[in-house]
Amino acid sequence: MIKIADLHKSYAMGQNSLHVLKGINFDVAAGEMVAIMGSSGSGKSTLLNILGMLDVADQGTYNLDGATIKDLDETKAAVYRNKFLGFVFQSFNLISYKTALENVMLPLYYQKVARKERIARAQKFLEQVGLGPWASHHPNELSGGQKQRVAIARALVSEPKVILADEPTGALDSKTSYELMDVLQTINDQGITLLIVTHEEDIAKMCKRIVHLRDGVIVTDEKVKQVKAIQHVE
Amino acid sequence: MMFRTLFDRDTWQEIFGSIQKNKLRTVVTVIGVLWGIFIYITLSGASKGLDNGFERQFEEVAINSLFVWAQRTSIPYAGFRTGRPMQLKLDDQAYLMHHIPELQYIAPRVAQGVFGDQAPLIKRGSKSNNYALYGDFPILVKIASKNIYDGGRFINQADIDQQRKVCVIGERTQAELFEKKEDPIGAFIQINNVYFQVVGVHKFTPGGGFESDSDIFIPFSTFKILYNTGQNVDWFAMAAYDNANVILVEEDIKTALKVKHRVHPDDARAFGSFNLGEVFNKIKGFSSGMNILSLVVGIATILAGVIGIGNILLISVRERTKELGIRRALGATPSEVRMQIIIESVFLTLIAGILGIILGSFVLAIINVITAEGSSIPYTNPTVPIKFIFGALGLMVGLGTLIGLIPAQRAVSIKPIDALREE
Repeated sequence: MIKIADLHKSYAMGQNSLHVLKGINFDVAAGEMVAIMGSSGSGKSTLLNILGMLDVADQGTYNLDGATIKDLDETKAAVYRNKFLGFVFQSFNLISYKTALENVMLPLYYQKVARKERIARAQKFLEQVGLGPWASHHPNELSGGQKQRVAIARALVSEPKVILADEPTGALDSKTSYELMDVLQTINDQGITLLIVTHEEDIAKMCKRIVHLRDGVIVTDEKVKQVKAIQHVE
Repeated sequence: MMFRTLFDRDTWQEIFGSIQKNKLRTVVTVIGVLWGIFIYITLSGASKGLDNGFERQFEEVAINSLFVWAQRTSIPYAGFRTGRPMQLKLDDQAYLMHHIPELQYIAPRVAQGVFGDQAPLIKRGSKSNNYALYGDFPILVKIASKNIYDGGRFINQADIDQQRKVCVIGERTQAELFEKKEDPIGAFIQINNVYFQVVGVHKFTPGGGFESDSDIFIPFSTFKILYNTGQNVDWFAMAAYDNANVILVEEDIKTALKVKHRVHPDDARAFGSFNLGEVFNKIKGFSSGMNILSLVVGIATILAGVIGIGNILLISVRERTKELGIRRALGATPSEVRMQIIIESVFLTLIAGILGIILGSFVLAIINVITAEGSSIPYTNPTVPIKFIFGALGLMVGLGTLIGLIPAQRAVSIKPIDALREE
């Protein structure tokens, strides 16, 4: 599903340049659930941003579902993001003046899906994350966990190949985190590829594979036995 | 691309959503442009009203009317010494009508108490006062119309022919010489100890000249006997045909008079003259100046309002950086984001403009009621031509688009990744 080879990325910091990614080689097969771990500054978020086409690499190749991603202008990147990728952010990034349902509908709007169908599909995914009755609520009326589940429904609604989650549980307490991981595991069981950036050991163990990054290089990359989050949810 | 977006229901739902959810911003933005177009509409309507008002004032007087009177010569000529006093005569009327084809009407006039001489004492019973007295022909009303109150009339030809002792008095004369409920028509007043019957009361209308609301008019022929003025005429009131150039006619008249009265052709002082056309043109110039001023001020205010919209949208784009980042992460292309902001800008401008036009018209309507018929303020029927309104709207849409480009460009110049990091 994802193939990256020899990925380099530097940021100019005044006179110096900060070499963040120093040659990453990394493959993800369809249906995998990968945790990307590392301390802050290890380059894990940069990697995720490049994978999400929110940022471009200086060097290296990126292949997503058979398509080579290069020379992206903003318009092309927007179309690819819309078609192939779903995003879940640490700070939820919901639009505050739209209801849960409207937030979930938004990616479909940019796919030019007719309104009726948008509503139907958004409602379906909201129900899938257990928020059917909350459709007409605004984000400020929802708890952190609920907000993140709306964000997940929004990521799912465009039926992407890959969902990229940047510290999805970073702003949640452990109990809510586990509930959320349960939702993500369910999605993964349905065949959607998930990449989760986290620095929490227990969250990482709920994935099927853990990649450790340190100072811009992959130090370990191992398959693990997945801990089912449902066990922690009473 | 643009038109499809423009007629897409979803586009509007997105725009209404973002406008509705940012109410304060929307209101502040709208007020800016609303104020601009409001000022524009009110100002240009008011200046049009002033324009109409002047026109109304002048419709009482023939716009192409002119006046000629005699003075003293300043150049010796044909054996006459300089400083010879000139005197207009009644036969000058026929002479001028014959020599100046552009003249439509000519009314010889004589007066007492107008040019510094003693106004005659007018008496009625125990009441008396001094009022200006004019000797006139009925033709005068063609040049300066006289509004006569119901039941009365102005001097007519029979009055002239029979040298009747009749008079037309002013509103103030009536008020001062008669009791409140007394009907002055048919009553007698004493002018220079001679009894005159009142045949009309004229309503004073301002409109240039030196007449007032207390003037008394008597037949020219009667005046001639009363003051023993013979064939003398104090001045001629004249009206040229509508298509004539009054200034040229004025010159021609003076030239003709110089020939008849044997005055040196270059003598500029022998005859004095005055024409209303010139004054009227000055006032017209003033009101067209007002029109230009209101146009300039109006457009400048609209411009300021639209710049205000741009400014507020710029702030709002900054506020919404994160939202726009989210939208772009979810698949909005830069042109979609740009289009949304431009449409928002144009839409807000247009709504504000329409509200401003409505409000401006409302204020104009109120002013119109206040300055309705009977008011002495020269102000009638304030209107703004429809093409100016559409012009203003078009200008606003154009400017709204242009100004919207700035925040729109700014919105897409931020990378989505940076926009998402924004807190």
